Amino acid sequence: MKEIYLDHAATSPMHPAVIEKMAETMGVVFGNPSSIHGIGRYARKYLDEARTVIAKSIGAKDREIIFTSGGSEADNLAITGTAHARRAEGRHIITTQIEHHAVLHTCQQLEREGFEVTYLPVNEKGMISLDDLKKALRDDTILVTVMFGNNEVGTLQPIKEIGALLKDHQASFHTDAVQAFGIQKIDVNELQVDLLSVSSHKLNGPKGLGFLYQRDNAKIQPIIFGGEQERKRRAGTENVPAVVGLAEATKIAQDSFEEKQQLFKQFRKTFLDKLDQAGITYHVNGDEVDYLPHVLNISFKGMDVESFLVNLDIAGIAASSGSACTAGSIDPSHVLVAMYGKDADELRNSIRFSFGYGLTLEDIETAAVKTIEIVKRLVK
Amino acid sequence: MNVTKDPSQTRVVVGMSGGVDSSVTAYLLKKQGYDVIGIFMKNWDDTDENGVCTATEDYEDVIKVCNQIGIPYYAVNFEKQYWDKVFTYFLEEYKAGRTPNPDVMCNKEIKFKAFLEHALKLGADYVATGHYARVEVRDGETRMLRGVDQNKDQTYFLNQLSQEQLSKVMFPIGELEKPRVREIAAEAGLATAKKKDSTGICFIGERNFKEFLSQYLPAQPGNMETFDGQVMGKHDGLMYYTIGQRHGLGIGGDGDPWFVLGKDLERNVLLVGQNFYNDKLFSTSLTAVKTSFTTHREMPKKFKATAKFRYRQKDVPVEVEILGEDKWQVTFSEPTRAITPGQSVVLYDGDECLGGATIDEVFKNGEKLTYVG
Repeated sequence: MKEIYLDHAATSPMHPAVIEKMAETMGVVFGNPSSIHGIGRYARKYLDEARTVIAKSIGAKDREIIFTSGGSEADNLAITGTAHARRAEGRHIITTQIEHHAVLHTCQQLEREGFEVTYLPVNEKGMISLDDLKKALRDDTILVTVMFGNNEVGTLQPIKEIGALLKDHQASFHTDAVQAFGIQKIDVNELQVDLLSVSSHKLNGPKGLGFLYQRDNAKIQPIIFGGEQERKRRAGTENVPAVVGLAEATKIAQDSFEEKQQLFKQFRKTFLDKLDQAGITYHVNGDEVDYLPHVLNISFKGMDVESFLVNLDIAGIAASSGSACTAGSIDPSHVLVAMYGKDADELRNSIRFSFGYGLTLEDIETAAVKTIEIVKRLVK
Repeated sequence: MNVTKDPSQTRVVVGMSGGVDSSVTAYLLKKQGYDVIGIFMKNWDDTDENGVCTATEDYEDVIKVCNQIGIPYYAVNFEKQYWDKVFTYFLEEYKAGRTPNPDVMCNKEIKFKAFLEHALKLGADYVATGHYARVEVRDGETRMLRGVDQNKDQTYFLNQLSQEQLSKVMFPIGELEKPRVREIAAEAGLATAKKKDSTGICFIGERNFKEFLSQYLPAQPGNMETFDGQVMGKHDGLMYYTIGQRHGLGIGGDGDPWFVLGKDLERNVLLVGQNFYNDKLFSTSLTAVKTSFTTHREMPKKFKATAKFRYRQKDVPVEVEILGEDKWQVTFSEPTRAITPGQSVVLYDGDECLGGATIDEVFKNGEKLTYVG
């Protein structure tokens, strides 16, 4: 049985061109880019070229890109790095209730260190309100961190409006763009963000790599100490082949924004049309105008995620739910809680399907048919 | 088992605890060619002194073993069901001065109900567990038999299973002696081959029982007295003691050891006396409620059987009389020690477990022993 992978928001398969490029690089480059000899300089050339591709893709300068071990480290560096660098200017941070845990748990850690954090609520669509943000802003606010597009329900936040709003405020503006980079066009100058996190494995690049965009004048302190790599902002020898892989993945993504957006919207429509035709009772979680097209989060009336996900897996469909069930502990999705409250049915009956490289319309149709079979069998 | 389909077409969902018994259960079924799925049940929310959820370690073992065997694994949460059906009962019984048996209730309500229902939703034909018991289809019905390892036999805890439940159950290791189970695990190189067996009630684990219970029920200390009214000391709360118990009384001095003989709930007095064979500990019959037969066979109003009143106790020949909708009278062939209300009375015909009930009242020669709870 062929498995249909509808969990691209969790992680994505590497693009064959990326694998090829990386294998090629691994074969010829082994030097340490910081070394002074020829072997090192050769590696440095690969690293610099890749950095330029990546920087350009978001309208940044080369030196504004800091490579990290992934999206989580980029978030940690942006938030903890800013808080530690700017603690003399203020101790207040604003974020939202629907951030990734890499952001939320970092903020919670800062609260334990004495910082004050405001967690903005969202409406039923998963959207924050600019008014709430305005009200929360204080003179001593040093950082506003709002995610670009939500990983669970796909809702896009008004990043450009927030950027404009913060133009005349001292606070640094960070956005976690892990789920959006490669799907949405991003220009850091147009958005007026100071810090932006990206993870490589979400866009068919290698795992174990990410980067933080850091605007020239945005102050951060390192969180990993050691050598002087990444202009002393992040110690550790760069993973050159992986960086080259991410540059390749970035290029591919840049060339296919329109195409992908259209394709994923078609997948979405096909899937939902099938559900409608079968008379399934459901609703889509998230915003119907501003959303990441590869994330489709559906609440099925009368279903229970616990048996639903297992049945999907047995049927060869890989999907996920916001409530990670590790060792059987039930931890309802904080995103859905923020949207619907802690007693809502959506917490127990929502499934996230996410699209990406390699999927065909036929796969989506098959997945919809199998999903419908399961729902019809289990809903009494 | 009434397996007519080809094993590869028969889906068996195995309840895996992360222990050696359920590991070998899954391994044997997979070797026999069944379509096996492993599921870890989380029934209790608990973290140890280091803040590590104790279930996490067990689940890690389930993952290792399932990957070794080559079967998919999942987890399911029954904390709410366990709390409502098992733990609430457990506390209520203690409040009423009885000694409950949460393992019996867990099998009845969780492992062979909530879990079975979950498995059926996943297309299971059977569920399997690592219990030391056997099932056998004879004359069109499923009979539950004692495990081959008489020392490990767990039918006592499975006495409340109905024919419907049993017809969907497999107990592969019931055919084996425990040392052989360990051997199979070692031969197969399973990660749990040398893991220590769990002891005690699952949600209490290795912890101090008194300390655990005191978190949920207020303890009322009182006097320990003999039947003559002589005060022998203080008790920490009646719920901490069970009939026939010797340890933990703290009555010093020379002479015979002291035992719990009964409880006076009204006066909050623990009744104690000397001698293991103290006359007050012996009874000749009991009545039981929450009765359940494992079989569909029509049982006569009166029949002979053997019975266990506690786990790992030798069978006693008895005569059972069905008194009504949900009441049995069980008369022993000889006076029997420390029959305790709240515990299960489980009936056997040879190797077959016929069913069981909860001990309600205890009698000596027709006279009710009011002091046993």
